[in-house]
Amino acid sequence: MLRRSLLRAHRVAAGGRGQRQRNFLITSLFQDFSRGLSSLDDGLNILHDPVDTSSASYVNNHNAMQSLVSELRQCVTKVLEGGGNKAVERHKARKKLLPRDRISHLLDPSSPFLELSQLAGHQLYDEPLPSGGIVTGVGSIHGKLCMLVANDATVKGGTYYPITVKKHLRAQEIAAQCNLPCIYLVDSGGANLPRQANVFPDRDHFGRIFYNQARMSEAGIPQIALVLGSCTAGGAYVPAMADESVIVTGNGTIFLAGPPLVKAATGEEVTAEELGGASLHCKESGVSDHFAHDEMHALAIGRKIVKNLHLAGFPHKGTGFVQNLAGVREPLYDAEELRGIVPIDKHQSYDIRSIISRIVDGSEFDEFKKLYGTTLVTGFARIYGQPVGILGNNGILFTESALKGAHFIELCAQRHIPLVFLQNITGFMVGARSEASGIAKAGAKMVMAVSCAKVPKITVIVGGSFGAGNYGMCGRAYSPNFLFMWPNSRISVMGGAQAAGVLAPLEKEKRKREGSAWNPEEEEKFKAKVVDAYEQEGSPYYSTARLWDDGIIDPADTRKVLGLSLSACMGVPPQPTAYGVFRM
Amino acid sequence: MLLRRKQTWFVLKSSLWQELRGVGYGASQVSRHDSRAYSGPTADSSARRAPIGKILVANRGEIACRIMKTARRLGLRCVAVYSEADKNSLHVAMADEAICIGPPSAKSSYLNAAAIVDASVRTQANAIHPGYGFLSENAQFAELCKQEGITFIGPPVNAIRAMGDKSESKTLMSAAGVPVVPGYHGQEQNASFLKSQADIIGYPVIIKATQGGGGKGMKIVIKSEDFLENLYSAQREALTSFGDQRVLVEKYILEPRHIEVQVFGDQHGNVVHLFERDCSVQRRHQKIIEEAPAPNINSSFRDQIGQAAVNAAKAVGYFSAGTVEFIVDSVTKDFYFMEMNTRLQVEHPVTEMITSQDLVEWQIRVAAGEPLPCRQNDLSILGHSFEARIYAENIESGFLPAAGVLHHFRPPDASSTVRVETGVNQGDAVSIYYDPMIAKLVVWGYNRSAALLKLHDCLSKFQISGIPTNIGFLKTLSQHPAFSSGEVGTHFIDRYKSSLLCPVPEEIRLKQVKLSAALAACCVCVKDITKDKACSDVSSSTAGRGWASLHGFRLNHELECRVVLNHGQEGDLEMSVAFCKDGSCEVKVQESDNTTTVQMKLDQSNESAFTATIDGVTSYISSSFYKKDCVDYVDIWFNDNHHEFLLVKQVVDAETRDIEPSGFQSSQKAKTGMHPLGVHAPMAGRLVRVLVQNGAKVNKDDPLLILEAMKMEHVVRAPRDGFIKGLALDGVQHVKDNSMLLIVDDHQES
Repeated sequence: MLRRSLLRAHRVAAGGRGQRQRNFLITSLFQDFSRGLSSLDDGLNILHDPVDTSSASYVNNHNAMQSLVSELRQCVTKVLEGGGNKAVERHKARKKLLPRDRISHLLDPSSPFLELSQLAGHQLYDEPLPSGGIVTGVGSIHGKLCMLVANDATVKGGTYYPITVKKHLRAQEIAAQCNLPCIYLVDSGGANLPRQANVFPDRDHFGRIFYNQARMSEAGIPQIALVLGSCTAGGAYVPAMADESVIVTGNGTIFLAGPPLVKAATGEEVTAEELGGASLHCKESGVSDHFAHDEMHALAIGRKIVKNLHLAGFPHKGTGFVQNLAGVREPLYDAEELRGIVPIDKHQSYDIRSIISRIVDGSEFDEFKKLYGTTLVTGFARIYGQPVGILGNNGILFTESALKGAHFIELCAQRHIPLVFLQNITGFMVGARSEASGIAKAGAKMVMAVSCAKVPKITVIVGGSFGAGNYGMCGRAYSPNFLFMWPNSRISVMGGAQAAGVLAPLEKEKRKREGSAWNPEEEEKFKAKVVDAYEQEGSPYYSTARLWDDGIIDPADTRKVLGLSLSACMGVPPQPTAYGVFRM
Repeated sequence: MLLRRKQTWFVLKSSLWQELRGVGYGASQVSRHDSRAYSGPTADSSARRAPIGKILVANRGEIACRIMKTARRLGLRCVAVYSEADKNSLHVAMADEAICIGPPSAKSSYLNAAAIVDASVRTQANAIHPGYGFLSENAQFAELCKQEGITFIGPPVNAIRAMGDKSESKTLMSAAGVPVVPGYHGQEQNASFLKSQADIIGYPVIIKATQGGGGKGMKIVIKSEDFLENLYSAQREALTSFGDQRVLVEKYILEPRHIEVQVFGDQHGNVVHLFERDCSVQRRHQKIIEEAPAPNINSSFRDQIGQAAVNAAKAVGYFSAGTVEFIVDSVTKDFYFMEMNTRLQVEHPVTEMITSQDLVEWQIRVAAGEPLPCRQNDLSILGHSFEARIYAENIESGFLPAAGVLHHFRPPDASSTVRVETGVNQGDAVSIYYDPMIAKLVVWGYNRSAALLKLHDCLSKFQISGIPTNIGFLKTLSQHPAFSSGEVGTHFIDRYKSSLLCPVPEEIRLKQVKLSAALAACCVCVKDITKDKACSDVSSSTAGRGWASLHGFRLNHELECRVVLNHGQEGDLEMSVAFCKDGSCEVKVQESDNTTTVQMKLDQSNESAFTATIDGVTSYISSSFYKKDCVDYVDIWFNDNHHEFLLVKQVVDAETRDIEPSGFQSSQKAKTGMHPLGVHAPMAGRLVRVLVQNGAKVNKDDPLLILEAMKMEHVVRAPRDGFIKGLALDGVQHVKDNSMLLIVDDHQES
């Protein structure tokens, strides 16, 4: 290989071609050097982690995880059906496509679609609200990654429930954070009137959508609206605030008040099409820019708009993610094995490296400070060619582990390397020795580093996420660009049993003050109630329904999801990181 | 790379030859590689010439490339000449120097003798190789070369002249004792006189241009009444192709075989023959498959016909390469002299394959005055060779020539037993100005059946898309039992037409189409579109590697994609493609009662190669994607089959849609836009004459107008009884393929 490269470089030099090409080839020559078989560090970084897939423990673990994954897929299959057969049929009868089909047509053929918070609204309200009534996610159009936000008109007429608003805002937040052009596929009746109190007035309510559109447009992030159905009242501002908009004749309407409200207000009788149809808005009002004959046409125009975006304002466009790395190597071990690695028994520990070796290129992981603070594993790897710094938990965080984590995050921030957090954390170590060693300030250092590091951050909760460990390991409050959960994961301030252990004595004290006796049975009952509540509220479904994360994923898809998320993050130019005051 | 491989062909072949024969090459081979220039050893007329150092190749396409390959090997410089249409063609790229000699039409470029000689003078090329066709048999051109002191690599002027006139040559041959076919070859060209001559000879007769060749200006007349119409047409073609409208009339032999003998002479009076070729399988009087040696003949016949050919050559003082064509009566085994082609033939490679000689080298050496490299005794036949001519043509519409861009061109790998002679690269166009031959495929085997097997294999691997070709037809032909058994005759194609055109039973064909459609649908889905410049602007792509390699990924469910493909014959085929977790695609093909699962994965190293698993059998699939007239095409090569599909668009332009407001446009209509009563051009070509006027009443099959493409005239006839309307071809010279020419309406203009 080396010889071939030399020849190539020589040939180019001899041919006297452009300097640029020569540089490119010489660069590739050096790349070949670094990959040479004889290099000193070759093969030292491979995580060898064969697993016996026929062992009883593996089979047990795998079966347990498999049933969790099946449950997940069942839930997802259910939400894919939208608002039920009747609504879907009515929708299709009007020559409308379902939101995910609209997205698939809009995206490049065979483009992946990184759907976000599929199970938002899961068992959140008395009535089902599949996917929170809105489909969001990242996909590529003409090779450009875009954030897609599509109302599902089959779910409550596409009206905005509080969780719908939250999901819409979250998609915009990601778009703003990652410089992704936004495409809104609008088909919505506006705010859900019975729930207006939780939809309309607050800062992060309906109005914020348009505020975000304005601010993103200001920042040069394109805002495009395809009006495929109604855009009533507040909804009318989505196309109106867009940089460029398309409307479908017949189905698409944009107006501040629909015909019934108009009649009530002014007595004027007018059809929806006359009031705010495609002809009116394209020929007369200028509210919309492109006239589409049907939905497919509208989607085609949407693609054309994206094709013509000129992302000169994005200094880092396209180059952030390694493009030309021809041979991205898959991990040495099958991703499917991730399902068999996590023990059923949540108290049993396992080596986080078993997960790392199944998600990084070639299972190569250059570990940092391997022998120090061993309960936190840190190191460098690549995912689909993109260099990343990985932090993974291998037990409780001690003072040393926290210091090591802070150090590693600083390293990555300095080098503009994205961070991947693999959370399986019960918390920071408690106890006299630990407090005396300054674990509070060590943890604070890690939290400071995580909060301030200006590199893309992606968190995957692969097990427990408890207490301040969640903070140090970039929980939701630390604004990671993306946060995903495995179906086996748990998230709460502490474990249910621990909470019961803290709450029961307090309750007992209170009862004692009140003079009412508390027999052991009652105490057990009280404890069980606390444990149950923690069990329910700590479930990933409870979390994802409330958008505390961006979705639950199959462990076997972790590498793919990380690859896509990283890719989505890399459209942002590298930024210098500054920190606050570290308590030393 | 390809070029280099082809250049080494002769060397490879030589070693094979040695291996099989167990003997080394004779002295003739030694001199092949040594001298840089050739000059005659004797002090006769050739001695005053300077040695050949630079050759101008007065031709285009594969033969120009072929000649340059040998010239290169001999260390000679090459000059290419080209018309404006050929500016970017392969023969120009291969040459050391190249000169443009005029506009696209052959008349003003490759037939422009003055411009070619001028080019030769300007580049100081002291020899001209004319190739075949164009000026290769033009005595005036040979004469002009002589006057300018340029060596004409070909026969002497007198021989060209003697053999060029079909009538004169037959008289000459008769005199030399070579048998000839009864006919009228005289100068009298009066139509009624020719008709009376035809009546004397007895029908069927054939009318041929006196100067002609290659089927141009050639007509068969079955009965007396049709004679005059055919005569006029033959005369017109003769005039446009050769600038001379004289014709001859001959007896037409009903069960003929076309056998020709390769002869070679030097300037010292030596003439040898390099055995015969059988060129019997023809369509439209043009050869499509040639082979050497001829099947089913014995050695005494071979000696006889060879000797007759040598005699014919000697009778005109011939030197250089020539071919004596005989018509052989399959029944009686009588042979008659037909004509002598005073040039290198298209099919010369089959002779080279069985004799291991390089005839272009022989031509150059003989032109330089050297004696023949071999005596008759040194020559023998080894094995068997076939040549198949790959044409751009439309088989369904009766072998009409086609033109267009070669969007995908991948010939089989060349080797010591496989030669691919071509003058095109992928992306080049087959223009309407010249012969529509794309390539010649030449194979060798130790006997006829081995060679035939090889031929079929190579044809299966020959991939061309963008233009209709005769590859499928040749493939069927090469497997036809009658052809395998050596039953060859000029009527072969007509006789077996039905089995050649519909080679497989309907249900098997349908299954193949369905499977190929499924494969095409998978290809469309797994193709890495981020690498496709046509689909996306790669430079501004923000999607990274991870994005590109995860085809159709969906979170916690699988994507299903609907793909609609149009197959010309079967119409629209709708398929549902499922994306699997491992990056492959899956389609279930439903047939009467069983379901076949087609699974396909992209080969990461090769963008157009896929591995497909069909019912558990894994095989490699090739595909090509291209855009033609704003329509996306997908071609699939699978299991010896080639199918073309067009991707049906789900969105059409708003303008078009205003005309047809309801739903999507049907793909057929979008493709052709044909008027139901219209008469459309069957191919692109030059408009020769319009025979009707607006308002005229015509009957079915009446001639309406005459088109010319690739120098062949085609009569466009009325598809039904009716009245002519919408004829507006005044001043029109060229018509496009499928363009509407006029309307034949049931009602007279009101």
